[in-house]
Amino acid sequence: MTGAVAEAALPGLARRRFPAWLAAWPLFPALLFLAVVFLYPVAQLLWLSLVDKQGALTGIHYARLFRSTVYVQVLLITLKISAWTTLFCILGGYPVAYLLATTTERRRNALTLWVLLPFWTSFLVRTFSWIVLLGRRGAVNNLILALGLTDAPADLIFNLTGVLIGMTHALMPLGILTMVSVMENIDPNLAKAASTLGARGGQAFWRIYFPLSMPGVAASGLLVFITATGFFITPALLGGRKETMITQVIIEQVQEMLNWAFAGAISLLLLVSALLVFYLYDRALGMSTLAGSAPVVDRRGGRRGNPIARLGGFLGGSAIAGLGWVSDRLAELVEVAIPPRAHRPHRAWSRGALWTVGLLIVAFLALPAFFIVPVSFTTEAFIEWPPRGFTLKWYGIYLESRQWVWATLRSLAVGVATGALAMLIATPAAFVLARREVRGKTGALAFILSPLIIPRMIIAVALFYLYARVGLVGTSLGLVLGHTVLAIPYVVVTVMAVLKTYDERLDQAAWSLGANRLRTLRHVTVPLIRAGLVAAFLFAFITSFDELTIALFVTSGLATTLPKQMWDEALFKITPTLAAVSTILFVFITGMILLAEYFRRRAVRA
Amino acid sequence: MSEEPRYKLTIRAVRKTYGPVVALADAALDLGEGEFLTLLGPSGSGKTTLLMVVAGLIQPDRGEVWIDGRLATYLPSFKRDIGMVFQNYALFPHLTVHENIAFPLRMRRTPEATIAREVKRVLEVVRLPDVGERLPRQLSGGQQQRIALARCIVYRPSIILMDEPLGALDKKLRDQMQLEIKHLHTQLGITVLYVTHDQEEAMIMSDRICLMNEGRIEQVGTPDELYFRPHTAFVADFLGESNILEGTVAGADGDTVTVSGVAGATVRVQARADVKAAGRVRFMVRPERMVVLAPGDDAPNVVEGVLRDVILVGGVTKYYVALADGRVVSATRLTAGPASPTVAGAPVRLGWAVDGAVLLPDGGAPT
Repeated sequence: MTGAVAEAALPGLARRRFPAWLAAWPLFPALLFLAVVFLYPVAQLLWLSLVDKQGALTGIHYARLFRSTVYVQVLLITLKISAWTTLFCILGGYPVAYLLATTTERRRNALTLWVLLPFWTSFLVRTFSWIVLLGRRGAVNNLILALGLTDAPADLIFNLTGVLIGMTHALMPLGILTMVSVMENIDPNLAKAASTLGARGGQAFWRIYFPLSMPGVAASGLLVFITATGFFITPALLGGRKETMITQVIIEQVQEMLNWAFAGAISLLLLVSALLVFYLYDRALGMSTLAGSAPVVDRRGGRRGNPIARLGGFLGGSAIAGLGWVSDRLAELVEVAIPPRAHRPHRAWSRGALWTVGLLIVAFLALPAFFIVPVSFTTEAFIEWPPRGFTLKWYGIYLESRQWVWATLRSLAVGVATGALAMLIATPAAFVLARREVRGKTGALAFILSPLIIPRMIIAVALFYLYARVGLVGTSLGLVLGHTVLAIPYVVVTVMAVLKTYDERLDQAAWSLGANRLRTLRHVTVPLIRAGLVAAFLFAFITSFDELTIALFVTSGLATTLPKQMWDEALFKITPTLAAVSTILFVFITGMILLAEYFRRRAVRA
Repeated sequence: MSEEPRYKLTIRAVRKTYGPVVALADAALDLGEGEFLTLLGPSGSGKTTLLMVVAGLIQPDRGEVWIDGRLATYLPSFKRDIGMVFQNYALFPHLTVHENIAFPLRMRRTPEATIAREVKRVLEVVRLPDVGERLPRQLSGGQQQRIALARCIVYRPSIILMDEPLGALDKKLRDQMQLEIKHLHTQLGITVLYVTHDQEEAMIMSDRICLMNEGRIEQVGTPDELYFRPHTAFVADFLGESNILEGTVAGADGDTVTVSGVAGATVRVQARADVKAAGRVRFMVRPERMVVLAPGDDAPNVVEGVLRDVILVGGVTKYYVALADGRVVSATRLTAGPASPTVAGAPVRLGWAVDGAVLLPDGGAPT
């Protein structure tokens, strides 16, 4: 809006005014790119599942899907595992997110780093670290046996427990970061106001803070759930036969049977399940919660709207009042034991308890990856805890293997290329989305962010099918294009966030001082947001560097990437070489995060 | 019950530091029942810190806070029997107006029927009887302000604390709300501790003002006392405009003190029992008491200077005059018509009555 005013004020610019829709031109490359490399292939894959070889409509693939109970059962297992994962992520993530949102700046920065570290560490590395921890000869069994709690090692992996631990560990950082973004916007004065009005900590939390944080919980639950349905690394490495998830079936269909149409049918089943969850979510909580506004509670604690929502709201309201009551009675009991004294300062014990819980959860998230490091120096040929002896042999194997080194170099090159391409396409789009009022802006943003929501496996299979016909399978270009689809949402979100804090009057000042648009961009805007742009690039880079799903299909034979190489090796055997590679990866990613965090903080300060 | 019950609030030697920064230095204050007391001062003066200590949202390093005869220094907020209006109102965005006002009553486990009655009553008191089912964001700023107030008065706390409650409103609405809050105060007999940095607002609303600066209390008194008998140059300068002059005491004679060396002139100033008149002294003359003398006119006290600027402000015209010692003072006059063409640099004489000047007790910080 201010942009429009400035344009009108500057006659040179006002004269060559674009038609309204053309004014959004920087958005077009991103939209076009996603239309060709994302929308078209996905749509085609889904279409493929509906037609037979001659191109006529058919239900044959779906008939097969439901003929045996196998696929339906796999779907149910997928939904069950995803639901449990979501529940644990929310329960464990909420206290951490709450602490992040309500603590002092300094503590928040430290704590954020320990949440970001697992967030960006490769899923593969983290899954390996759970094998080190939970395996029959792992650290946990070692401890249990040493303490004499059992005679034989407990079965902690290759079953549901292992999958749930691994997946909760994998997805909780995502859940936390999503909840924090909502909690940060809750006015801290509200809790204080509740307290001055006579509410104890429990009532203030349950009646005020908790309902206001619900949009964050809901968005976080949705994101975690959708991502969980598309998982295959964790169930494949930590699960048993009974924990096979639907993405594993898709992989099997594509890699072993080359049955595109049937893979497309399963993909559609997955997509429909995801959309169904969206729909139920909307009915129960309302889409407004996604946009960040709080659910409304009226006099009887019921929500307005349809009867289902009202019933849900009423139950929610009663539950909240009940929880507040219970936690207050608890607090009163504590008070009987330790009465509050008016004449002496005291600390709230509940805050201390919260920090204890929060730090334990953060330790659960951050520490496992460190267990992989000592294992990489073992002299034994298999992974066990505690590792024996000390050797650099496994690092030697990695460095001398052409396959490993090439995979690493290729991952780095593809990562850099993806970062560059994503920046080139997504930055202009972020400018338009952050600054201009164009028609269909919400739709455009939703489309650009949709690669985050659509299960990644569907994108991967669709791209494989597309690439197979245009000869991009096994090429680096194909990988870069695919990874760019996934990186664009991250870049757009990061750059938009930076631009939100950028004072646009600085640009207007530059124009008024005689700089044209290009020079303003070069000499004023870009230098000021440089740190944010670097952070966006690093996010794009890591997204690609750690990507396995697309690489799984699009790479072939010798031309593999580092995650793909690790995956292939891991399916065969978890060796100390993998631990060595994981250690290198872990150190590298940690360095990148510290770098990104450094630039982000500079951007915030600027 | 060692405290005298006639005070709703007593603050004794309350101190709060943040590292080397003294946010509050040994503040002491009494607040009587039904009184409206304003904590006034520039930002960083400690007024909000003091309010937060009373609210129980900041724990002091030492000192005592008594609320309605009960020691409350380190009691949690919810046990204090206070009400607080926040600058941004802090209305709960997910609750309707009715639920917002009912909140403190629910916390006190008031029966549902009483809640309905009381909420209805206070909504009428703040003259918004029909907004109960609306959400805070559907109300204007002024209406939200009144709901925030209603939420406080509904449970009749011992004192109501207000932290710059009108800061977010525009000038016109602010003027209107000042009077409205003042009326509610008189009508309901509530005891109010109010924080503002706006001296005009403090003068309009308060029974007494507590003027703070750099973490300490400069002076507590009625608006009259602070305006006409400031204890320090800071007080004189903060409330209204003032010209601070200084000179050497040449003699004292009953009611008046003779001061010489005031921009080259000798003047007479009214004596003050609480001020020792000897050596170097400073005194204050309000611009509205300074008169630009026409040629031939005379006044009990006269200094000479050079006219710098004449500015028409509206109802008054301001004259800025440089004195012989380089100090620039101002005189205001009611605007009578278009100002006669004045020449910057023209010599002028300024005069004031003996009771137009007020001796200042402190050597004070130079202003």
